[in-house]
Amino acid sequence: MSDAAPAPAPFVGPLSDKDRIFTNVHGFQDWGIDAAMKRGDWDNTKALMEIGQDAIIDRIKASNLRGRGGAGFPTGMKWSFMPKESKDGRPSFLVINADESEPGSCKDREIIRHDPHKLIEGALIAGFAMRARAAYIYIRGEFIYEAKVLFAAVQQAYDRGFLGKNACGSGYDFDVFVHRGAGAYICGEETAQIESIEGKKGQPRLKPPFPAGAGLYGCPTTVNNVESIAVSPTILRRGPEWFNSFGREGNKGTKLFQISGHVNKPCVVEESMGISFEELIEKHCGGIRGGWDNLLAVIPGGSSVPLVPARQIRDAPMDFDGLKALGSGLGTAAVIVMDKSTDIVRAISRLSYFYKHESCGQCTPCREGTGWMWRVMERLRTGEADVSEIDMLYDVTKQVEGHTICALGDAAAWPIQGLIKHFRPEIEQRIADKRGPLVEAAE
Amino acid sequence: MADAPQIPDEAEVRARWGSFAWTAENAEQAKVVIARYPDGRQQSAVMPLLDLAQRQVGAETQTQGWLPVPVMEYIGDQLDMPYMRVYEVATFYTMYNLAPVGRFHVQVCGTTPCMLRGSDDVLAACKNKGLIKGGTTPDGLFTLNEVECLGACANAPMVQINDDNYEDLTYETMTAVLETLAAGGQPKIGPQIDRQTSAPEGGPTTLKEMVSENHDYRGQWNEGARA
Repeated sequence: MSDAAPAPAPFVGPLSDKDRIFTNVHGFQDWGIDAAMKRGDWDNTKALMEIGQDAIIDRIKASNLRGRGGAGFPTGMKWSFMPKESKDGRPSFLVINADESEPGSCKDREIIRHDPHKLIEGALIAGFAMRARAAYIYIRGEFIYEAKVLFAAVQQAYDRGFLGKNACGSGYDFDVFVHRGAGAYICGEETAQIESIEGKKGQPRLKPPFPAGAGLYGCPTTVNNVESIAVSPTILRRGPEWFNSFGREGNKGTKLFQISGHVNKPCVVEESMGISFEELIEKHCGGIRGGWDNLLAVIPGGSSVPLVPARQIRDAPMDFDGLKALGSGLGTAAVIVMDKSTDIVRAISRLSYFYKHESCGQCTPCREGTGWMWRVMERLRTGEADVSEIDMLYDVTKQVEGHTICALGDAAAWPIQGLIKHFRPEIEQRIADKRGPLVEAAE
Repeated sequence: MADAPQIPDEAEVRARWGSFAWTAENAEQAKVVIARYPDGRQQSAVMPLLDLAQRQVGAETQTQGWLPVPVMEYIGDQLDMPYMRVYEVATFYTMYNLAPVGRFHVQVCGTTPCMLRGSDDVLAACKNKGLIKGGTTPDGLFTLNEVECLGACANAPMVQINDDNYEDLTYETMTAVLETLAAGGQPKIGPQIDRQTSAPEGGPTTLKEMVSENHDYRGQWNEGARA
């Protein structure tokens, strides 16, 4: 290509099957190691490790993979924060976050129950690159069947010599352990997860020190999402350029989208980053229930991100920056669709209840604020509130946001802010309807 | 604090569970669990051991199981942890039952993605079958709770009953699941409509080769055109 050639338009889908990483995402075929190897997993993993630790990190950086757990932090850069050698004898650890609990998210479940060997091979590759001694996969407690599959898949990898001493014949010793949670959304926060693995209540730690300096058992630790780890062997096999060829600048690669709510056919599907909302829904979900005119709003990235009203979402590119521009976010790409039959205030109020339930109780603004916000949301839902309470609620969300150790306080505040921003007339109308007859009676 | 668990009468519980010990099989399993963590970090095993103990209590009482205080003390002793540290963990995580539950613990997801798809109908089906939210039926068969997102949102609405998920429910199919369980049967686990896991209803829109064979796509990796 000459320098004068214009840059090609970014490829934003639809993806063809040969470029999908999770080929058994729907579990039509066996998850076991023999079937997985026929699909290409554990194919000469030793050769991937021979690329070299720093070169692997460089290639992941070059692929522009951004973490799939919601924040979108560049994965390769995260790996590079780990110490290259232990100066004081402390080992390093990789923790893989499979505590998938964000309302709307259901992708890690599909990876673990249907393609677990992609995750386990990725654990070895990532752990090797960051010089970790072992990986702990933290799987949420309610994934009981999925944990059974994962335990069995790890054992299969040990039985083949892919894990343990001299993993894959590479000369590198690496263990993978599975740790089951027991029902606490907050354990998806990385330092809470570390506390939980240590056998404590899952309450987030103050940072610094960051986990890369002092994490699990006080040792250098990196916490990565399941999807970020599971895609890394394929990225190395096909090259960073391949992964980099999908999606818009700064938002590269393929992504598992999870569409729930009022579409005709909810599903989990892997697509190119940056695919438009309309194409995603039309191609894979059979359209919006009742047609596009019936669409009310969409929560595009799991419960923690603000909703986007129908008129803004239709052409929006589904990636980090595209949704940020709409005042929302990609999060985990958990797309919750709401049609006009939705009681939007109730839908958000139910999320407020979720955050009230899941607040770990450590920081006062969150512990008290989530309950307070939910109670006011319920008053707005029934209309038994005063119009001035809308501003008061908004003000309180701003007092919770940014004033807590972890982001749960922010996550509780943002959906409410999104609701007030886009549906204030609806809330006011509800209050007016409730008040109306009373005012007349007074006159 | 209204939601705080009511710890059943201490003396009665001690009489029943004071001599709790692992079964031979679970004693072996406990060793395997503890070995997953570095030496001196055995406290890490508290969560899996609480789960194991709850299951053992469940097996002995023909229920989903729960964690009597003497059982938590037993685990604390094994892991060299103060009882209070065990109790903190047991009360923090929702999957540990701090009071007895029924044979089937019906946990209906009520968070927004399930709510949008009809979790109200699922709860109504439970209610009309005599289940009591937050309580156990007089025959000890069903305990009903509304829980927060269980991570199967593309298959909403869903319920987890003991270890099994039932997904894509309606009022009718939820009623049928409860009736089958009450009659001693085993309902079909997973989606209650004609659907493969989280693929779109009516068949996948992607990776169709995978339906009939374990297709290896590597041969097509280097084919030029992407679309």
